[in-house]
Amino acid sequence: MAAIEILGLEKTYMVGFWRKRPKRALQPLHLTVEDGEIFGFLGPNGAGKTTTLKLLMGLVFPTGGTAKILGKEWTDPEVKAQIGFLPEQPYFYDYLTAHELLNYYGQLSGVPGKERRVRVEEVLQRVGLTDIKGVQLRKFSKGMLQRVGIAQAILHKPKLVFFDEPMSGLDPLGRREVRDLMLQLQGEGTTVFFSTHILSDAETLCDRVAIIHKGELRGVGAVEELTKSVQGKIEVVWQGTQVPASIKALGAECHVTGETVRAVLPENQQDATIDALRRERMRLIAITPVRSSLESYFVEKLQHSQTTAGTTA
Amino acid sequence: MNSRIFYIASNTFREAVRDRVLYNLIAFALLLSGAAVLVGQISIDIEKLVVINLGLTAVSLFGIVIAIFIGIGLVSKEIEKRTLYTVLSHPVRRWEFIVGKFFGLAGTLAVNTFFMAIGVFAALLYVAHRFVAADSLILVALYFIILQFLIVCSLALLFSSFSSPLLSAVFAFSLFVIGSFADDLRGFATLTHGITHWIATGAAYLVPNFSALNVVTAVAHEQPISGQLVLQNTLYALFYTAMALSGAVLIFDRRNLK
Amino acid sequence: MNSQRRTTILATACMVVSLCACILLLQRIDRIRPREIADDTLYISSPKMVRRASLGFDGLMACIYWTRTVQYFGHRHFLRERSYNELGPLLEVTTALDPHLYPAYQFGATFLAPAPPNGAGQPDRAIRLMRYGIKNNPDNWQLYYNLGFVYYTELKDYGHAAEVFAQGSQVPGAHPFMKILAAQMAQHAEDFATARLLWTAAYQSTKETQIRENALEHLRALQVDEDVTNLQNAVTRFVQANGRIPTSPWEIAAAEHLQGIPVDPDGNPYELSTDGEVLVSQPDEFPFITKGTPPGYKPGPPKFHTKLR
Repeated sequence: MAAIEILGLEKTYMVGFWRKRPKRALQPLHLTVEDGEIFGFLGPNGAGKTTTLKLLMGLVFPTGGTAKILGKEWTDPEVKAQIGFLPEQPYFYDYLTAHELLNYYGQLSGVPGKERRVRVEEVLQRVGLTDIKGVQLRKFSKGMLQRVGIAQAILHKPKLVFFDEPMSGLDPLGRREVRDLMLQLQGEGTTVFFSTHILSDAETLCDRVAIIHKGELRGVGAVEELTKSVQGKIEVVWQGTQVPASIKALGAECHVTGETVRAVLPENQQDATIDALRRERMRLIAITPVRSSLESYFVEKLQHSQTTAGTTA
Repeated sequence: MNSRIFYIASNTFREAVRDRVLYNLIAFALLLSGAAVLVGQISIDIEKLVVINLGLTAVSLFGIVIAIFIGIGLVSKEIEKRTLYTVLSHPVRRWEFIVGKFFGLAGTLAVNTFFMAIGVFAALLYVAHRFVAADSLILVALYFIILQFLIVCSLALLFSSFSSPLLSAVFAFSLFVIGSFADDLRGFATLTHGITHWIATGAAYLVPNFSALNVVTAVAHEQPISGQLVLQNTLYALFYTAMALSGAVLIFDRRNLK
Repeated sequence: MNSQRRTTILATACMVVSLCACILLLQRIDRIRPREIADDTLYISSPKMVRRASLGFDGLMACIYWTRTVQYFGHRHFLRERSYNELGPLLEVTTALDPHLYPAYQFGATFLAPAPPNGAGQPDRAIRLMRYGIKNNPDNWQLYYNLGFVYYTELKDYGHAAEVFAQGSQVPGAHPFMKILAAQMAQHAEDFATARLLWTAAYQSTKETQIRENALEHLRALQVDEDVTNLQNAVTRFVQANGRIPTSPWEIAAAEHLQGIPVDPDGNPYELSTDGEVLVSQPDEFPFITKGTPPGYKPGPPKFHTKLR
């Protein structure tokens, strides 16, 4: 069973003084997130990531389409007991302490009394918040609030968590901790759906990603596939300073650095290159596939959409 | 479901208390004790009248102000500060949220009124030196004031569900003033003709009838209040509150949160 | 959308039911507390206090009190009550808040002075009210008219009435009839023509329904009084001419060469008693008549015959 099935969710706002101009925040979106995976939802600011999350949370009502969460209709209130949500830049009741806040949310989630107390302590430790008993949330730093946010999202041991920009406001150490936490969650069988515009995080964490831009889905797939599909090239490194003519004929781009030559060739020329080097008695040092980063995939997809937008506009 | 409403209500109460709302009791106590002492030196005949009139009017006004100023922020503040996002990501229905907030606010006012009532009776004891049976009428007046609070809370919540805090305050306060003159509005309606008549009559019936709930003057003059009136007023307040809350639920249920 | 649809239906149903319940309850509550409308004026015995209490919104409060006054009187009149104790205080509070609210003075002149059940029976209070009004509105000739009206109708003090009408006629812009009334007071106070002039002026000077109805009833009564007086004189002439009491109005009509038997403003013929007294067939229809009622007749509760709505 898929953890999340988005079936054509879309959202159009009416803007303007008389609310007559339509503004499409999200084009009909079709997306599936499998059980147990860490799914990254990527896009620049204003792409529609938060809109999608708000739609799934029932904070905003779609102008079309439906969705299923954990097999049930996304509007089913009982589903909420099994999901956790961390909004972007979360605010909490600042007159409460962290313990009181978590206790309150636990109550709302239906976690029974004694268990609640235990879990609150547990979860606060897990997110690295100690020595904060009796301190009101108004006194917390941004990073601490972020941790509280994560804590309340996982307090009731949900099967699926939604994180909107979970790394924002955290220092590198904090980000590392959150990354580890997300991997831990996956290890416990929780599906993690998070949105971010920091691609390096997505690259290291996600099983699959989706890229969204200007309300439209630009690409979905496993990180490897996406990055591989960009170039499909290999890099061959050998000792020496010469480039054999046969290799040049294969269409290599060569760089000489010190005592080695680096050549970038199409993937399918791999065997031909190895043969050529052997013939020339050159010493092969390494052959590695050129992995373009997610970033270039991202930028390429965005530019592509820009040009299409340019032609259709 | 019920427990969620209770949790939301108690959280709302906690918020009000930590927001230092109950400090108004200090201002109230000062006002009342000052008046009691002052009046004790003016005349022997009307001091009881003054204490009851002043005390009950103060309870009413303080309470209405609190009801409006907290009530208008109940929903709109949560939306603005986005504290609502995490709350609604839990299995809380939107209507439970509204009802819970209402009970939290009403509870705050009830507690507030309780302490104020003690103050009024204390001041009364000071000027009159003893209680008479007729003083129990003050309890009826206080009960009616609490009924007024229920209505004002529900209206503040209604406006808060779709309007900004400032506008909500204006609407709620205006309705309170107009509602206090509801009798006159209905009288005015009977004198008009044609379309004005229908509009005025409609308005006169829609506006909350605070004039029926205002028995301060009567109680000060020790006029008895019929049990029928108590019953009808109670029912009226309950139904009016239900109407306003249903409106709030209908609006809030559809609201796209920014 | 299931749970949202359910919530919508329930909430809408709740709203509609509550609204209906509220309206029904309001009507019942009104029935339980009709007196409360004016009772609180009993406690505000000092107009000055009301001024202070209204926080500067005197004009608005005056309007509110004026509305209450009209309602109060109409309500009690409708219920055939016989006392209007709060009318004086209500008018005094209204005029204290807004001394220029002319309709209040007019209302006071019309309904404060006459004896119950047609009014509060407090002509002196009415005079005080008019004098207060004149003091605050020296340019308003109509207040002199109202004052003279009270002297004339209730106190039968034709001397003062003449004086006041004369004063009023001096005010710039005064209606010419003020001079006429002053003159009439002096010599022909008790004439029907004078009274008719006065009541017609009262009727024309206002748009307020209750005052107009009152004036109309007085005019009708005047007509009856005049008719009865004339008829009675005719009876006397008949007796002198024929030495006996006429047996029916036909005989009088024949003797006086009238077109038909005389009828009252409602079209009912006048009757003749066995003693030769002219009687009105339905005295209850004419609340203010002073003649033509059978002996031992007690007037019923006030009733406005003509509905001007």
